[in-house]
Amino acid sequence: MGNADSLLQAEGLSRDYEHYNAVQDYQLTLKRGEILGLLGPNGAGKSTTLRMLSGTLAPSRGAISIKGIDLLQQPRRAKQSLGYLPDQPPLYFDLTVEEYLGYCGRLRGIRKADVEPAIQRVIKTCSLEEVQKRLISHLSLGYQQRVGIAQAIIHEPDLVILDEPTKGLDPIQINAIRDLIRNLAEQHAVILSTHILSEVEAVCNRVQIINQGQIVHESQLGIQEPDKVFFQLHLARPPETAQIEALQGVESVIAQDKGRYLISVENAQAGLQIVTSAIIQNNWGLLGLCPQHESLEQTFMQKVFQEDRP
Amino acid sequence: MIGLITRFEYRRLFLSPLAWTLIAGLQFILALLFLVFLENFITELQPRLALIDDAPGATDTVITPMLIWAGILWLAVIPLLTMRSFSEERLYQRQALLMSSPISISEIVMGKYLGLLLFLATALSPTLLTAVSLSTGTQLDWGKLIAGFMGLYLMLASFSAAGLFLSTLSRQPAMAAALSYGLLALLFVFYITGKTQGSESVLFIYLSHFGHFLNLSSGLVYSSDILYFLLFSTGFIILTIQRLDSDRRNG
Repeated sequence: MGNADSLLQAEGLSRDYEHYNAVQDYQLTLKRGEILGLLGPNGAGKSTTLRMLSGTLAPSRGAISIKGIDLLQQPRRAKQSLGYLPDQPPLYFDLTVEEYLGYCGRLRGIRKADVEPAIQRVIKTCSLEEVQKRLISHLSLGYQQRVGIAQAIIHEPDLVILDEPTKGLDPIQINAIRDLIRNLAEQHAVILSTHILSEVEAVCNRVQIINQGQIVHESQLGIQEPDKVFFQLHLARPPETAQIEALQGVESVIAQDKGRYLISVENAQAGLQIVTSAIIQNNWGLLGLCPQHESLEQTFMQKVFQEDRP
Repeated sequence: MIGLITRFEYRRLFLSPLAWTLIAGLQFILALLFLVFLENFITELQPRLALIDDAPGATDTVITPMLIWAGILWLAVIPLLTMRSFSEERLYQRQALLMSSPISISEIVMGKYLGLLLFLATALSPTLLTAVSLSTGTQLDWGKLIAGFMGLYLMLASFSAAGLFLSTLSRQPAMAAALSYGLLALLFVFYITGKTQGSESVLFIYLSHFGHFLNLSSGLVYSSDILYFLLFSTGFIILTIQRLDSDRRNG
């Protein structure tokens, strides 16, 4: 199992508890450079999935391999390529940031001589310079969260698993962490869980929506230009619908109220240029033109809430 | 990897004021007791013992009682040292850090246990020095002294293993300490019941720590006593590993 460029492969992962199944038949193949967002309402099974992928909870069924090494059969070797931040950062409050990161680094397999440079590097990446000599118990929640992220990446693992990494951070810190995650993904693969939709749209290039322990939706984000694109068009002096339909590249036009149309074009870039120049030539009075792709929020609401209804 | 965790746990015990307070407090009490026993030996016992052939010396009358007191006092504080071991790791989700690292559960448990043993050795060394200081004034029975300290150390080490296991059962350190005190009381009751006239029980005495310790502290080195402590420790270490592994399997 596992091919050369897939970093993480999970097949048929399930976790049963006495009275319910927390996760059922979870599948994932993750490559270097991918940032996967795991979305779902509270209690959907996100944390359980991440705990299984990080080797801290054994699955009831299924197999996981990291870089082709079976996580259940050879945990020690597989875990060398793994960094994990649980939903609560695993901190020792009576240590300073430096001491703590040093211990985590050694624990994660960094040799003694290489630990000091690794600490300094990760302190810089996570902007912890100001607090590096302070006791963790004296830090604010935002800093504690960043120390938690630092311990997960100190050994530069190939696979980084972050359970709600931006919890407790202010907007500026959230942006910094998002930049950090994007940078990480250049060399590594990242899985992050969240229930904040905008977070996934902002940093991830792939999304899985989980509800009641099952994957209900999976898609790529922001990379592929869809073949057919919808636009919301608003005109001051609306022409006949047929006139717009006659334009080259326009596939369909649906007239809505008061000069509003929903149009679809075959090719986003070329089609749009034709439509806009036609609007100007014919003096239709352009008031608005905006892309109308199905947002993640719509998908989420549809997949999570509508499927719950009988 | 075991060494890493051992050093870490050892250092971390000294980061809290608890360890320092315990060592200082107990050493103060033991030093007082030592003085009381020594005073008693010099003023009361020595003149009378001088008349008897092959009479008990300073080792029997000063060091042995001090060791028995050291055993009682340390047993009473070990739950405070072991209660945090695993319950706090669970409380603050630090188990996730250990379990997602390339290290096995047995290494984690052994590392923590050895850290505790190292701490105990450090904590008992002032008491050992107190006892050895007597050698400046009198002839000591070194065999008895070594046997006594070995008994004390083995008893505390084996009880620490039990404390370590009990700390895996709860997220709350206080709960873990309560469980350890419960076990301590049980071992004590076993001993008392086993010794009580009319209901003597060799089994109960054997099951309890104290009989084995008292043998060693009076200089009687039976391999069965040493075996008891080793089995007790090993048993609880295995239980701890099992328990953590079942946490990983059952969530």
